Amino acid sequence: MASTNSPVKIRVEGVSKVFGRDPKTALARVEAGMDKAHLLEETNHVLGLHGIDLDIRAGETFVIMGLSGSGKSTLIRHFNRLIEPTGGRILFDGEDILGYDETRLRAFRRRKVAMVFQRFALLPHRTVIENVMYGLLLDGMPKAQAKERADAQIGLVGLSGFEASYPAQLSGGMQQRVGLARALATDAEVLLMDEAFSALDPLIRHDMQMQLKELQGRLGKTIVFITHDLDEALLLGDHIAILKDGTLRQVGTGGEILRAPADDYVARFVRDVNRARILLCGTFADAGLITAPGAPEIGAEATLEEAFGAFATGAKAVVVRGADGQISGALTPQKVMEALARV
Amino acid sequence: MTSGFPEIWDTRAFGRALDRAFNSLVAEWGETLELIFLPVLRFITGLERGLQFLPWWMVLLAFCLATWAAARRWQPVVAVGVLLVLLGLLGIWNEAMATVALMLAATILSVLIGMPLGIAMARSDGLRRGMLPVLDIMQTLPIFVYLIPFVMLFGPGKIPALLATIVFAIPPVIRLTDLGIRQVDPEILEASRAFGASSRQQLWTVQVPLAMPTIMAGINQTTMMALSMVVIASMIGAGGLGYQVLQGIQRLEVSRGLIAGLGIVLLAIIFDRIAQSYGRRVQANLHREGN
Repeated sequence: MASTNSPVKIRVEGVSKVFGRDPKTALARVEAGMDKAHLLEETNHVLGLHGIDLDIRAGETFVIMGLSGSGKSTLIRHFNRLIEPTGGRILFDGEDILGYDETRLRAFRRRKVAMVFQRFALLPHRTVIENVMYGLLLDGMPKAQAKERADAQIGLVGLSGFEASYPAQLSGGMQQRVGLARALATDAEVLLMDEAFSALDPLIRHDMQMQLKELQGRLGKTIVFITHDLDEALLLGDHIAILKDGTLRQVGTGGEILRAPADDYVARFVRDVNRARILLCGTFADAGLITAPGAPEIGAEATLEEAFGAFATGAKAVVVRGADGQISGALTPQKVMEALARV
Repeated sequence: MTSGFPEIWDTRAFGRALDRAFNSLVAEWGETLELIFLPVLRFITGLERGLQFLPWWMVLLAFCLATWAAARRWQPVVAVGVLLVLLGLLGIWNEAMATVALMLAATILSVLIGMPLGIAMARSDGLRRGMLPVLDIMQTLPIFVYLIPFVMLFGPGKIPALLATIVFAIPPVIRLTDLGIRQVDPEILEASRAFGASSRQQLWTVQVPLAMPTIMAGINQTTMMALSMVVIASMIGAGGLGYQVLQGIQRLEVSRGLIAGLGIVLLAIIFDRIAQSYGRRVQANLHREGN
């Protein structure tokens, strides 16, 4: 998991996107105070994104969340310039990728960022292994070497034995594993995942989420993950950005967003979340609380839900021990209830 | 007496000027054009002689091999073999081979010209807007209207027959190449872009392979239209089965016309089998939806 002091991988500075015939002029009107609805009505331009600022740190999973039409898919496509911003800057390792010419941009897409798509977007006329080799062959890697690399990735996502199958012969979950292997094969530092699991049914989706977490633990990629599903965002995201109508409403860790929603929209959004599964014991441990000797112990990284078990057996309190081995405080059922109560 | 539309300008003088211009074009450029198309003429006559002088069973074998390469199934191969034997039994083998040569040459040239044009149309909306009316004109203009200038330019023979056939038969391959490429799933195209494909790589790894079933349907239509032109082409000296039909009409020999007509139908079925089974195989490889 990335700490807040790992270097910034992708910095988004004041990015705005207007769709239409004359986006620059339309953006100037927005800057002058025109809102999205008026812009559409009066100039027939669509405001996709407005004034987005983000720092995505190396090695973290950064979730961009929003409902359909919020601009999240537009935003992620700025990170590899599938969509060009109307205004603002995008820095990758401190380098302005908007300054890249066609050749540099292609090299950047081939080696630095890889993408996983909602509806898989595999090449239907190519086998699994040929799909996984695709990015490598585009980059001019010799076939034998690409095949070796692809084989390893197929093993990593658990699809060994299906190398010669065609995508349509596989289930949705398996197809998305191919999509993941294709993205991992290029050894890109950043993975862009556009609603990568949204088209899968719930059980398969959970498997894929777990596999992604496990892979992330091993590979330490920077992952930008788009979803409309808050549970998925909270499960995967080290940081979560909430997007509505093309503007950022809040950026923070899952706990921060649950504890202190920035506005009504975010508050309504997070209302139905199972907070016990997200909030961590360490956050609510009371350092001033004296516990009886022999009280059960729990890690600071455990969720509140995991403390329920101890209370169910009759414990009056549990001791919370931090990752550093120091006791950070204690939790009582009262404290837990306070944390779970909706404000 | 009805008056009709008033004559506002001198149409007869316009017609005469047009004729004069075309005549001087024929006088000045006729020979040069014939020279330019000499290699094409050599290609058709070579193909025709090859097909006619090879023993019939070698031609049959070549057709069966081509069918196998296209279909990878034995049923169409047997069908094509049987149909060719029937053609031989009808006693019109040599005429049929002359027709095949002209049709193959016209189809090959149509594909060579039509596919790049279709690809260019798919990539440029402006070119598409310009091309669509031209294609409409090519498909609706009565054939004789452009047959006459072609004959004046080249003299009666295989070249004007070939050119007229191409004009008539090329629109489907152009239209369906354009359509096929425009219909390629934009998400797959986007994925190839995201992995850093250049536009040429996109064309050859995504657009053309995914458009192939549609393009094949276009090539199939082009082949059929080329075949349907052979009767008319025979009027300007292309020979082959069409000439037999023409003679049948001129001499009021029902049998001659009927047999040659049957031969044209058999050829149509043969080429349709080959093209369709290839198209089906390409389609199956795409596994578009589900299992």
